[in-house]
Formats: sequence, C-alpha cells, structure tokens
Amino acid sequence: MERYYQPEIETASREQIKAWQDERLVKQVKHVWDNVPYYRKKMEAVGLTPDDIQGTKDLHKLPFVTKADLREAYPYGLLAKPLSECVRIQSTSGTTGKRVVAFYTQHDIDLWEDCCARAITAVGGTKDDVCQVSYGYGLFTGGPGLNGGSHKVGCLTIPTSSGNTERQIMFIQDLSATILCCTPSYASYIGETMKEMGLTPDQIPLKAGIFGAEAWSEEMRQDIQNTLGIKAYDIYGLTELSGPGVSFECSAQSGMHINEDHFIDEIIDPETGEVLPEGAKGELVFTSITKEAFPLLRYRTRDICMLSSEPCPCGRTHIKMCKPMGRSDDMLIIRGVNVFPSQIETVLLNNGYAANYQIIVDRVKSTDTLDVHVEMTPEMFTDNLGEIDRRQKVLVNDLRSMLGISAKVTLVAPKSIVRSEGKAVRVIDKRKI
Amino acid sequence: MSIKQISVFVENRPGSLNAMTEVLAQNDIDLRALSLAETEDFGIVRLIVDNAYKATTVLKDAGYVHSATPVVGVVIPDVPGGLNQVLQVLTAANVNIEYMYAFLGGKKANHAYMIFRVEDTNAASAALVSKGIQTVDQEDIEEL
Repeated sequence: MERYYQPEIETASREQIKAWQDERLVKQVKHVWDNVPYYRKKMEAVGLTPDDIQGTKDLHKLPFVTKADLREAYPYGLLAKPLSECVRIQSTSGTTGKRVVAFYTQHDIDLWEDCCARAITAVGGTKDDVCQVSYGYGLFTGGPGLNGGSHKVGCLTIPTSSGNTERQIMFIQDLSATILCCTPSYASYIGETMKEMGLTPDQIPLKAGIFGAEAWSEEMRQDIQNTLGIKAYDIYGLTELSGPGVSFECSAQSGMHINEDHFIDEIIDPETGEVLPEGAKGELVFTSITKEAFPLLRYRTRDICMLSSEPCPCGRTHIKMCKPMGRSDDMLIIRGVNVFPSQIETVLLNNGYAANYQIIVDRVKSTDTLDVHVEMTPEMFTDNLGEIDRRQKVLVNDLRSMLGISAKVTLVAPKSIVRSEGKAVRVIDKRKI
Repeated sequence: MSIKQISVFVENRPGSLNAMTEVLAQNDIDLRALSLAETEDFGIVRLIVDNAYKATTVLKDAGYVHSATPVVGVVIPDVPGGLNQVLQVLTAANVNIEYMYAFLGGKKANHAYMIFRVEDTNAASAALVSKGIQTVDQEDIEEL
C-alpha cells in the first residue's frame, strides 16, 4: 500500500493544487515587492506592479531570476525577511562559480523538511526504519535536508555525513540501516567497496536508497540496485529553492513528483525564454511560493527537463518531471555539439564498464578533443589483447552514435580515477577559450 | 600439462611496471619469465612465477586487475634447430600459436624454455609429448 506523509496535500485534486498556487503566488509577489528592493526594481523595469499578478495565469509576465542575479545580490540582496527572523543559511557547492547563500526562517526549514519527509515516505520509510544520511552535512543542503525529513518521519537517523566508507558500511551492517541517502556516485562507491569486502546483496540490510544532487542515468540506477540489493530512488532540489525535496520519486520510479504546493514549475525555451507546453523539452523554471526568507520568482534552474501530468499509479496528483537530461552547467559544447556526461555514462554501463569515468576535453590546434578515461574492471579484462581492442572499438562506436561526435577511449588502471564522497568530478575541461 | 600464467593490466606510463614489480618483490615472489604486450595506453604483463596463488592474491590486494591463463611450457634443447623441431610438431598437429616467449633454463643451462599460448592447451601438450618433447608443468616451474 502506498504511504503518504501528507496525504491530503500529496493526493489533492488538480483544482485544489491550482487554487493553492494562485493564492500563494499573489501573496508571494506582494511579499517580495514590499521587502526586496532588488525585485521591485526588476518588476518596475518591465512595468509591473503586484496588481498585475492575479494568479498563475499571469506568472509568465514576471521577469526571470538567474544565478547571475543571485551572485549580484550576494549576500543579502534577495533577503525578504529581517535577519533576526532567519535561523539558518545553506550554500551551493560553488562548482560553477561564486557561492550562493540562501536564508531560512524556522518556517522555511519546517516546510523543507516536510518535502524531504514526503520523499522518505514515498520510498516506504516509516518510524520503524533506520535511515543513514551519507550526504555531506554543513553548508551543503543534502545532509541537513534529509536529516530533517528523516526526523519528521520518525526514522532512527544515522547522521554519518559523507566519507569514511568503511565506517559507513560498519553502521549499515551493525545498526541495520534500511534506507541510505547520498549522491548516486557515492552509493555506487559504497556498493563497490561492499562487493570487495565479499558482501552479497542479501547480506546488506538496506532496502531503499534516496540518491540525488547530481545527474545519473537509468543504467546507473540498475547498477546500484543490483550491487546493493535495493530500490534506488531519485530526488531533486536546489539550494536556491530550499534543497533536496523540490521533487522526489515514488514507488513507480518513473519521474519525480514536484511539490507543487510549494513550487510552481514551468518549462521554457532556454534561448527565447518562451513558456513551452507540457511534454516539451526545455529548461526547468521554478517559483517558490511558500518561502519566507529567500523567495525566488521564476528561477532558471539551467536543468533541461520534461514534465508529465499523466496519472501516476502511486496516487499522487502532483506533476512529474523526468530525470534532468543534464544541467546546462554540466553540458559541454564539443565541436559545436552538446554533450552531457550522463550520455557517456549510459554507453559505458551498457557496455559492461564501471560508472567510474572521467571526461577530458582539450583543444588541439583549434579542434576540440574528447577523451573518455574508463577504469579497467576484472569483468572486462582478458589476456587477449585483440579482444580488449575489439571491446574498445565497440565502445568508441557506441559513443559516436550516442554523442554524434567521435571520442577517444583510454583504458586506465582500476581505482586510478579519484573516488568522490560527494559530487563526482566527471569533467576536466582543459580548453583555454 | 599446463602452466598458470598471470596476466596483469598496467597503464603505459613511466613507473607503472615498476610499481607492480615492487609488489611482487615485497612479497618474495620469484619471477621465472615475463613478457609484455603493449598498446599506446596500456599493456598486459604476462608473468610466470614460482608461486602463482600467492602472486594473484597480493596483486589483487594491491588493486591490480589480472587473469590466469593456461600456457604450455616446453623444454627447448640449446642446440641449432631446437625450436624448429618443436614448431614442426605443433604445425603437424595444426596448433595455432597466439603468442610465445622464451626464458633461459636457469642453473641447468643446456636448454631454454619456451612458453606457448595456444587455443587448445591439452591438444598441444599431447602432440608434443607423443613426439618425445619434454614439457614442464606448474610444479616444475615452482622448483626451478
């Protein structure tokens, strides 16, 4: 039986969800107009006042907010509550430039943790579960968010944070952890280490995992599920909007339900900014309608995605988003072609290689080069040089048909690619442009 | 009648072969023979050692990817035509040689050894033995 953390919200009628969104959007626009000069100026620049926004139908009139706005307004420029009412800051990982800080009132933290509790409940979590949070704790939202959600559900929470993999495994075994929360690359590493220790999936007490904060492929999901003997679920979020839990996967494992009572979703054409119809592929844009301290209107996530409001067998009525096809920050433009690391990962896993890879992009005599470093595994190794060469050629061909450009494949020694305990460093771009 | 050859994956860059031989040296593994097949990026080091079980264990612990391959070890008399005679037998038996490498006969130096990697190890051994050519097995290798 499907369990919900907040059934009356998660299974509300579409009309009810829209009514919440209309009412909360109007209120939120007034809130930023009154309290955030930066927003007031942005709205005035396009001739808008709060009266122009009567509901979600008027959302498209509002100007976008981008990461550049967040950097420009650093640190207090988008703050909508006095600091005395704020209780926490969190910050982005800073991998794509200057850090962004987000502020939370106690109410903001409360709603964020509700979202995470919905995600934990959706993977079958109850107060009888033991939830190990192996996301980093601290400025990164992964650890604190899932920690709070786990408390709300009533799980026994093990706040291991990331790192010290042997200790992670010791706790999973000794305290019979049933739910693991971390990045997919770290889940994969924990699985790999357990396998090396001779543990088989039936000896691992885990039953489910909530993995997010980086793009991962369906093939990687299968891989983690097989190694750990669990169901692996995706979770999505951004520090700018709260953290993990903006959307989450349910038992159907076919897309993430967006918490639409807190976030209004739009898909836009990243070139023109035009709003696209449901089902179209484009950039995901969110408006946070319940955040008090750090509300964002029409925030451009840079994530390329699709939405679907097809009825879900789990009974939730909130719209689903697909796995982002790549953050446009992750997207590489190589010889004019858009390449996402997740595409390369898919090809590697389909060919029997491990998900431990690194993409090295360089420019030689004004031509971009793409070199994929892949670790040799015991399964793929043979004494026969011709056979290794043949497999390598198959891989090169599959990469070319997936990406549309040719890539060089370099087989490297096992464990030679640095393992990540948080977000994996998949791309090294050496081009000086 | 076969010998266990250990094949190890190493990257083709300075120091990577040395790092592997260091592991063997520290664990008192005695090398009988070594051959290397290389590509631009990596190589396969093929080893015949005194203690194959110990060698595979220590290499695995050190994080090396390896595999065990059966090969035929043949005693080659140190006289003109010694190798030729052996190859004639294999040719007559229609045995295809994937690769081969030689090593010297150690203290009893009136012969050398040749390691053959063939598709059908048993057929090759049987053909050689039937023509009175001496082959060596794993135990002989350990005692060399």
